[in-house]
Amino acid sequence: MVTNISLRSAGRAAIVILVAAFMAACAQKQEQLNGQAVPGSAQDFVVNVGDRVYFAVDSSDLSGTAQATLDKQAQWLQRYNRYTITVEGHADERGTREYNLALGARRASAVKAYLASRGVAPNRMRTISYGKERPVAVCDNESCWSQNRRSVTVLDNAGS
Amino acid sequence: MALDMTLPAPRRISNSLKRWRLRAVALVAAAIGAVGLAAPAQALVQIDITQGQVEPLPIALPSFGSTGGEADLARQMTEVIANDLKRSGLFRPLDPASYVDQTLDAAAVPNFQNWRAIDAQALVAGTLTREPDGRLKAEFRLWDVFAAEQMIGQQYYTQPDNWRRLAHIIADAIYERLTGEKGYFDTRVVFVSETGPKNDRTKRLAIMDQDGANVRYLTRGDDLVLTPRFSPSSQDVTYMSYSGGVPSVYLLNIETGEREVLGNFPGMTFAPRFSPDGRSVVMSLQQEGNANIYAMDLGSRRTTRLTNSASIDTSPSFSPDGRQIVFESDRGGAQQLYVMGADGSNPQRISFGNGRYSTPVWSPRGDLIAFTKQSGGRFSIGVMKPDGSGERILTEGYHNEGPTWAPNGRVLMFFRETQGAQGGPSLYTVDITGRNEMRVTTDTFSSDPAWSPLLD
Repeated sequence: MVTNISLRSAGRAAIVILVAAFMAACAQKQEQLNGQAVPGSAQDFVVNVGDRVYFAVDSSDLSGTAQATLDKQAQWLQRYNRYTITVEGHADERGTREYNLALGARRASAVKAYLASRGVAPNRMRTISYGKERPVAVCDNESCWSQNRRSVTVLDNAGS
Repeated sequence: MALDMTLPAPRRISNSLKRWRLRAVALVAAAIGAVGLAAPAQALVQIDITQGQVEPLPIALPSFGSTGGEADLARQMTEVIANDLKRSGLFRPLDPASYVDQTLDAAAVPNFQNWRAIDAQALVAGTLTREPDGRLKAEFRLWDVFAAEQMIGQQYYTQPDNWRRLAHIIADAIYERLTGEKGYFDTRVVFVSETGPKNDRTKRLAIMDQDGANVRYLTRGDDLVLTPRFSPSSQDVTYMSYSGGVPSVYLLNIETGEREVLGNFPGMTFAPRFSPDGRSVVMSLQQEGNANIYAMDLGSRRTTRLTNSASIDTSPSFSPDGRQIVFESDRGGAQQLYVMGADGSNPQRISFGNGRYSTPVWSPRGDLIAFTKQSGGRFSIGVMKPDGSGERILTEGYHNEGPTWAPNGRVLMFFRETQGAQGGPSLYTVDITGRNEMRVTTDTFSSDPAWSPLLD
């Protein structure tokens, strides 16, 4: 499995990742990538820290797994404090459009608040909600919907 | 028999077309007099649409007659009229193959025996003529076949490229005469046209006639756009766009193309909708985890906060008298419908059924609120009275969402998503009995429809 990271212009959805970084089957490949990722790079953040956390249906509660990922994000962001970030909030498609915009915002807000509680300066963070408009998985069952109910922490100035 | 063509002076019935610069025309209508027949011996044919079940009225629409090489256009106009009437579910246009007379001029007195023989109850006759100045003249009469009585006689003048609108106006006249209620065919729909794969959709604002014809794009697809809604004048559209740094509610003049952000809010704004008088827009403002509803006066640009809760309050929609607003909120734990005063006073929950209720839209008649309902993993479109009683589900399936009302409050349009990685949304209409559901054919996936008022 290949990790394909493409950074796109800030206006559109930011990072497309064609890997489920949390899948056990990928562990070996990640080791290789670990060797390649430059510490402090966007790839380092995505691969070694994890740029996203997942949510239960209609919830913005942070699970233990999500909190562990965000703890690592906070540590990394404090080490590499040149970055500002955009926290994207997303919802699955099993909701109505306007509510999902607010739900995505609520998720992004929860992540931002948690990162702030772990020492990331609020003025380094902005949030944006895409509601159900930017799914990463497109099947019609929970295996995809659970991947779409997410927040993604995007490094704003990864190229600089 | 000679036709009494005593006509009053033509009067303008429409100036709305000046909005469409490229097609600016004057549309002129006049009544044409009745053929001198004996008074009817029986009540004229009428559809009672206040009943739950309506048997569609058999109606014959032979092709309009024509002069000057307009036969093709006359036939197409007749087809547009027949299609409008058929799609309403209240009429059953009869098979043209059964017609003794394939065309019927407005000036002719029909041979009613021929039309009674195929059980037509109403009959439309028309004539399309090219005037020396290039305009089209359309005359039509609606006949009661069994009473042998004229019910309508009208003539219209318009520019040739406006012929579809003329057909819709004639269909509206027939609908109104036979049902006693205003029609809804001379209307447009603004919607979101979707192209590209499901995980990278391009969305564009588009506008079309209510029957799916004459699609025009209002945005290029560079930015994500959502939830367009018409102003009462049909001249402006308010919608949400991601074109700026913060997703925000915009106002677009569809004649001039002028576009502006509505307000200077400290966060994402979404779910806009005009007030019935067109003077204000209500919308949600997102702040941290909560969304509250604000009204913006378009004249003064002053904003008023209408809700103040630690919840998601969104999808506001005014009652037609402008005195109340229905909206959805999860303040009670999950999405439910609430009605409050237009100033935000006294919010009362109205939905108590089993499931989640969202996207409420108040009928232009005031008698019903349409909504999306999620229950058991299914998405339905339904209606309830403004006090929450009388809930009825009109259509139910994998994913139906976002109803919008035809201006006469008899029909809803909504979008339906199909499943699968290649699936996507399409537009449908359903009448308020739930009996007559029709797809609105568009070239692309289409979502977020909003119906215009009757054009005038």
